[in-house]
Amino acid sequence: MKDNSYESRKYILSGVILLVFITYLSQLYTLQINSDDYKSKADSNAFYKKTLYPSRGQMYDRNGELLVYNKPAYDITFIPREIKGVDTLELCNTLGISIEEFTQRMERVKNRKYNPGYSQYTEQVFMTQIPMEEFAVFQEKNFLFKGFYIRKRYIRQYNHGVAGVLFGDVGEVSQRHIDKDSYYQQGDYIGTQGLEASYEKQLRGEKGTEVLLRDAHGRIQGKYNNGTFDTPAVRGKNLTLSLDIELQMLGERLLQNKIGSIVAIEPETGEILCMVSSPSYDPALLTGRDRGKNHKELSKDKNKPLLNRAIMGTYPPGSTFKTSQAAMFLEEGVVTPQTAFPCSMGFVFNKFRLGCHAHSSPTALKEAIATSCNAYFCWGLHRMFSMSKYGGTKAAMNKWRDYMVSMGFGYTLGVDLPGEVRGMIPNAEYYTRHYGNYWRAVTVISISIGQGEVTLTPLQIANLGATIANRGRYIIPHIVKEVENDTIASKYLTPKSTMVSPSSYEEVIKGMRHAVIGGTCRAANIPGLEVCGKTGTAENKGNDHSVFLGFAPMNNPKIAVSVYVENGGFGAEYGVPIGALMIEKYLNGNLSEESEKKAESICNKKIYYGKEER
Amino acid sequence: MERKSDNIFKRVDWPTIILFAMLAIMGWLAICGSTHSYIDSGFADFFNQGERSGKQAMWMGVSLLCSLILLCIPKLTYRNLSIIVFAATMLLGILTIFIADDTKGSGSWISFGSFKIQPAEFMKSATALMLAAFIGKREFKMSNNSDFLKAVGIILLPMLIIIAQKETGSALVYLALFLVLYREGMTGIFLLTGISAIVYFVVGIKFDSTIMEKLSISIGQYAPTVIIQIISISLVKFWCKDSRTFITLLATNASFTLLSYWVAIYLVEFNIMITQYLLLAFDVIYLLLQTRLQKEKKNLWVALYIVGAIAFNYSCSYVMQNVLQPHQKIRIEVLLGLKEDLSGAGYNVHQSKIAIGSGGVFGKGFLNGTQTKLKYVPEQDTDFIFCTIGEEQGFAGSAFVLTMFVIFILRIIHLAERQDDRFGRAYGYAVASIFFLHFTINVGMVLGLVPVIGIPLPFFSYGGSSFLGFSILLFIFLRIDADRSVNK
Repeated sequence: MKDNSYESRKYILSGVILLVFITYLSQLYTLQINSDDYKSKADSNAFYKKTLYPSRGQMYDRNGELLVYNKPAYDITFIPREIKGVDTLELCNTLGISIEEFTQRMERVKNRKYNPGYSQYTEQVFMTQIPMEEFAVFQEKNFLFKGFYIRKRYIRQYNHGVAGVLFGDVGEVSQRHIDKDSYYQQGDYIGTQGLEASYEKQLRGEKGTEVLLRDAHGRIQGKYNNGTFDTPAVRGKNLTLSLDIELQMLGERLLQNKIGSIVAIEPETGEILCMVSSPSYDPALLTGRDRGKNHKELSKDKNKPLLNRAIMGTYPPGSTFKTSQAAMFLEEGVVTPQTAFPCSMGFVFNKFRLGCHAHSSPTALKEAIATSCNAYFCWGLHRMFSMSKYGGTKAAMNKWRDYMVSMGFGYTLGVDLPGEVRGMIPNAEYYTRHYGNYWRAVTVISISIGQGEVTLTPLQIANLGATIANRGRYIIPHIVKEVENDTIASKYLTPKSTMVSPSSYEEVIKGMRHAVIGGTCRAANIPGLEVCGKTGTAENKGNDHSVFLGFAPMNNPKIAVSVYVENGGFGAEYGVPIGALMIEKYLNGNLSEESEKKAESICNKKIYYGKEER
Repeated sequence: MERKSDNIFKRVDWPTIILFAMLAIMGWLAICGSTHSYIDSGFADFFNQGERSGKQAMWMGVSLLCSLILLCIPKLTYRNLSIIVFAATMLLGILTIFIADDTKGSGSWISFGSFKIQPAEFMKSATALMLAAFIGKREFKMSNNSDFLKAVGIILLPMLIIIAQKETGSALVYLALFLVLYREGMTGIFLLTGISAIVYFVVGIKFDSTIMEKLSISIGQYAPTVIIQIISISLVKFWCKDSRTFITLLATNASFTLLSYWVAIYLVEFNIMITQYLLLAFDVIYLLLQTRLQKEKKNLWVALYIVGAIAFNYSCSYVMQNVLQPHQKIRIEVLLGLKEDLSGAGYNVHQSKIAIGSGGVFGKGFLNGTQTKLKYVPEQDTDFIFCTIGEEQGFAGSAFVLTMFVIFILRIIHLAERQDDRFGRAYGYAVASIFFLHFTINVGMVLGLVPVIGIPLPFFSYGGSSFLGFSILLFIFLRIDADRSVNK
């Protein structure tokens, strides 16, 4: 019997089936065609991209001496899911940590606030930078610690224990670095200070990857496609520095127990031969597991050993600055080599007086540099500012400013280290802001003797020496001489010229030579080396700073050096002998017996700085 | 008899057999794909009895043999033996509860030496036969309450047994048989009730904590009352065909709902749920009044629907909070997108979506899937077998499989409709409904559209009992279909 009273319902039922079919088909379309999301999720599921870390580039000094290299260090990692039956006490003993520390570390790893990438299935870092010795013990017992792994990394190693602020240090990247440069991932290392930071791109090399297949439990099932998609790690490029490490070591030794800096430059190339900032620290302190603790201690030190005073300290250059004034006066026709100014224990103008010390009067340029006569340079500036060709004090002031800037003052030089500061070269607007429209040469007169508003970095002072030695040219000072398979920036190869012509510099040099032979720098008169020099005694709130600027030999100079010892008194007290020792060491290769004794006595001298923060 | 069994191969519906064969072969290849280890790159022996693909091939052979035997048994025998077969399998099912091995927390397997079978797979065919035979009786009338309740009893008995075997998922399959009752004249109100219950549940739970803008009530509270209004008014129009009542109700409900919404947002904020309940109360009273005046029973049913729907809505959140087990609650919350628990309950579905999604248009190629091979997808060769197809064959392949399945089911409905008696038609619909439910739940689950309910995809999921069970279900029908003109 056929009863078809409800036959139309077959359409309803078929309709329901088709509805489900269409729904599923559109979901398939959404998942498979309309979204790339799932594809990349699948890749990150199945492909474990194991990072191969390159070793960081090494650093050598100008003579090929190895300065900075790498030592393997080991990170202990673990995969939470895989830890089974580990004897915690045994593990703690092996790693030399307490049970509390173990629990603390574990909690920190599992806390998603500190470790957003936490997963039960992936490798988590438990401890970093385990030294070789502890690693060996751990590796022997590794079979006891199921789920714990070892990851090889590199940490920096230093051969000489000097130049910490130059090398800088390497630390783990912060979120800020990761956001800025997608090359970095959590746990990577990055240069954070010094050359490590400024040459980070050359030093870091290229990370490699190994594509491995990983199953749902995180177990590695082997290489994907026989390693076709693997990329090897490329080691970082080596740097050859222009530093002479022995000179650097001598410099740091000489400034022991004193605050200050020494910068030496090869005038012809602008290469920095040494850059000492005292107090200094052993760069090895900032590697390894105690890095954090040591960094904290160093940054708390009131004498600021982490500060590279050679480029970050700004000081009044004092009388060393007179050399730049002399060159400018000659160039501008304010004086001729024969022009002489009177000095009666100072510069006197109306009621204004700026003192000087006892020497014969009147003096011409050569004698004025040799005896460091304040009055001569004050008169010079006074005469320059009243010259009609500028059409007023302000215009003259700005002319002065232009000369100074052309010599590399007032702005950063552009050294290849981070954190360089610019110092201070005032201009007319600066004074107008302070004095209104009624200021004259006398108001600003102390700038002519490197006091007042003028401040320079020790690097700028050394560069002044290099410029004079080159008779008016300089190349921006730099520390890196060569980058392996690469070139250094062209700005470190191209000379710059000041506004002063070579002939004017020749007159200045005569004065500086005279200072060494029969003036304020007699202690720098090293037989056979034809040293030229200029002392400085920079006034400041406390005791005077002891400054020296020099170069040698007079013709075809090989080294220009600046010495700045905070509160060291007269230039001749610390500046001159230290500068002389540096020149002797560099040009002769070693110190004479007598000089060695002198060096020894300088090392042992201690300047008391009180408890104030500097 | 000899000549008759020769004839059977001419009378049998070959298109269905070809569809069956295609599905079976695609299913077997999918099992090869999902069990093949990624690391062995050499030639794999898919017929090795140590491999799952080999075991499945063996079971497919056994099923083919059984199917041939089933094709030789005439329709009348099936009809006459249905009560005995039903009773026997039900007893076996009850027995299973007590002697079962404990496989993955399920008590539905019994061991015979080295292999295990799942009696529940054979209970489906037996129940379908029994139901068809009962409905096929000359004196059966769906409108007769006693007949109807007996039919429902035939469906509920195996469900209870299977629930006792701790296989709640498989028990759900029997609900498909209500589609058979519907086709044979059961009132559609049950289906409507079922579907609207799902809608209220989903909307109520999913938007329970979504607060409407500018009003301090949640969408989960408000939306169902609007849906109740829409459905009940539509019922008045299309089911009761009572235009006057329809217009009255539409006018009052629409105007007051919109007005109160507008007032609450732009003038004075007040609890607009009050208006909603007043309106629903008005609807109920008006419908009851109409029932009295017009003596039209259908209006009464609509009134009852409204009351029932409101009650259901309230009980939903109660059930969710107090009745459901925590793991069931989480499954529902994950499915509704309320919780993202990728490592817990949401893991399976999330990984399954990744595997399918990563297949793209043409897939990664046979045996080249990474997600399924590397075991990211759990149950990849049983309940989640469709992932392997999605990943390795892409949209093209998986859409093809879906299409084949739907054609297969529609073909069975077509065959069912050409039967010359209620027995044949009801059995045909039972077969189609069971395949349809398995298909809907399994594929829906893998695609993340249906909660995770562990039931196999017919002919694809690994498992001898299930393949044999589905083959039996189908081939009995093919014989019934072949005999249609013989036993008029």
